[in-house]
Amino acid sequence: MTTTYAVLSEGLEKRFGQVRAVRGLDLAVARGTVCGILGPNGAGKTTAVRLLTTLLRPDAGSARIAGHDLVRQAAAVRRSIGVTGQYASVDGDLTGRENLRLFARLHRVRGPAQRAGELLDRFGLAEAADRPVSTYSGGMRRRLDLAASLVRRPEVLFLDEPTTGLDPASRNRIWDAVRELKAQGTTVLLTTQYLEEADRLADDIALVDRGRVARTGSPARFKALIGAHVEVVVADADVLTGAADVLGRLTGGRPAFDRERSAVGAVTGDPALTLPRLVREMDAAGVPLLDASVRPPTLDDVFLRLTEDLAGDRTDGPADDEERAA
Amino acid sequence: MSGLAYDGTAMLGRQLRRMRNNPGLLILTQTMPVTMLLFFGYVFGSALAMPGPEYRSFLVPGLLVATAANGIMTGMFQAAQDTHRGVMDRFRTLPMSRAAVPLGQAAADVLVTAAGTVPLLLVGLAVGWRIEGSAAGAAGAVGLLLLFRAAMTWIGIFLGLLTRNEEAAGQLGGATFLLPLLSNAYIPADGLPGWLRTVAEWNPISAVSTALRDLFGNAPVPGSAAWPVAHPVAGSLAWCLVLLAVFLPLAVRQYAHGRH
Repeated sequence: MTTTYAVLSEGLEKRFGQVRAVRGLDLAVARGTVCGILGPNGAGKTTAVRLLTTLLRPDAGSARIAGHDLVRQAAAVRRSIGVTGQYASVDGDLTGRENLRLFARLHRVRGPAQRAGELLDRFGLAEAADRPVSTYSGGMRRRLDLAASLVRRPEVLFLDEPTTGLDPASRNRIWDAVRELKAQGTTVLLTTQYLEEADRLADDIALVDRGRVARTGSPARFKALIGAHVEVVVADADVLTGAADVLGRLTGGRPAFDRERSAVGAVTGDPALTLPRLVREMDAAGVPLLDASVRPPTLDDVFLRLTEDLAGDRTDGPADDEERAA
Repeated sequence: MSGLAYDGTAMLGRQLRRMRNNPGLLILTQTMPVTMLLFFGYVFGSALAMPGPEYRSFLVPGLLVATAANGIMTGMFQAAQDTHRGVMDRFRTLPMSRAAVPLGQAAADVLVTAAGTVPLLLVGLAVGWRIEGSAAGAAGAVGLLLLFRAAMTWIGIFLGLLTRNEEAAGQLGGATFLLPLLSNAYIPADGLPGWLRTVAEWNPISAVSTALRDLFGNAPVPGSAAWPVAHPVAGSLAWCLVLLAVFLPLAVRQYAHGRH
């Protein structure tokens, strides 16, 4: 098992006071693959990463990273991993070059100055290399942060929301670096709020909800699960309930109201539910429409839909092994 | 252990580079004791029974020790500031010694303190202070001062990691300003009322101030005093080693635990 999985966790738990931030996290990431941890704010993604990178000590459960026990062999785990956190984990008082040289030295890299120079070039930071990091833009900091995780090529790289809030150019540079690392055999575990990011980079997605892995699968499987988001705006608030009834019948989902806009929406997996059909059905039911739309789902829709499903089959436990091993 | 020395040296380099890039606090902490020497030596000193030149010779070692006691405040401030920095997370995920980060901070602080004694001693020389004992004694005095500073810094680092609160460090700075006032750093403790004299003589600052005066040859050891002051060198070493033995492991443990 340990030879095929770079990250393998079982029943990992972490509580902060009364809050169970992570409750029974089961995760299996095959060597050399990119795993996207997808989840809304507060789902426990960052806590999961902090547990898996030895920053937090689990209250229960176990994990092996690159074959090393997370708790008993923490030093060996640290030798195998690179971590780029959600908040810049570089020293703002030092220059970019000083940062990379320091981390290279702490990693016992031979020729730390040369390694720092290579990474600064590769991440487009050569010009700013000798300025204090406190003067860097958000994108530059994040690139330096990623460079700092690569001073020695890690077996497993953890990226916690690596592109949140970045401009497209910086984002593309980080995506390219992730693909390059994967090509070189590094296992990457990245958390993200963006379905698109997971879709572009990940071989597998683990959907995390309320501190546990709710569902796993390939991006294609996830996309197949998620239909379109359907919404109608009615002229008269009195007919909102009628519109919701029609919507529920058409989509099979639970309608969500936005009363201020006199709107109601739902998620559907039915490809036959097109805009003309939606309008005809509403008309047939005598619901006067102001506006109607059928559009690709946002991540919010995905969570709404998937977590709704989960509420139904929670007793079945986490996703089956077949899916996780895929 | 060689790993700790290597990592600690790297972290010492980090601290020194940070100070070079941000010299403000450093300049303030280094000029403050010089100002105090002139202020105490000429303004307050003029109201004391001791003649001016004799008082200034008495004052210089006391000021060195009082300044070293500020290590509690600066150590606490820097350690608390660091706890809010993302870079600490990176250090904790690196395969480096858990003690390296606080050790680097303490080592940088002691180095800077060593450099900071130079301007104070030069101004001391200008106002009449002299090394009246042997060169070996003077070297021992400086060594003892730095050992005391290290003890103070480790107390500060522990408090900073514990509270993670820079504002509290600032408030404590006010309290550490009072500590030397309850010692023989600025005035002889002989004239204090009984119980206050006991408190002052058991203040570590008194033992170290007396030891420095003895080693520099500036003033005799008071005959009848509490043990640490009557045996100032042994008393100072005992104080420093006890404080280090308590606070160094506490600080390292606190750092290693992080936000668990």
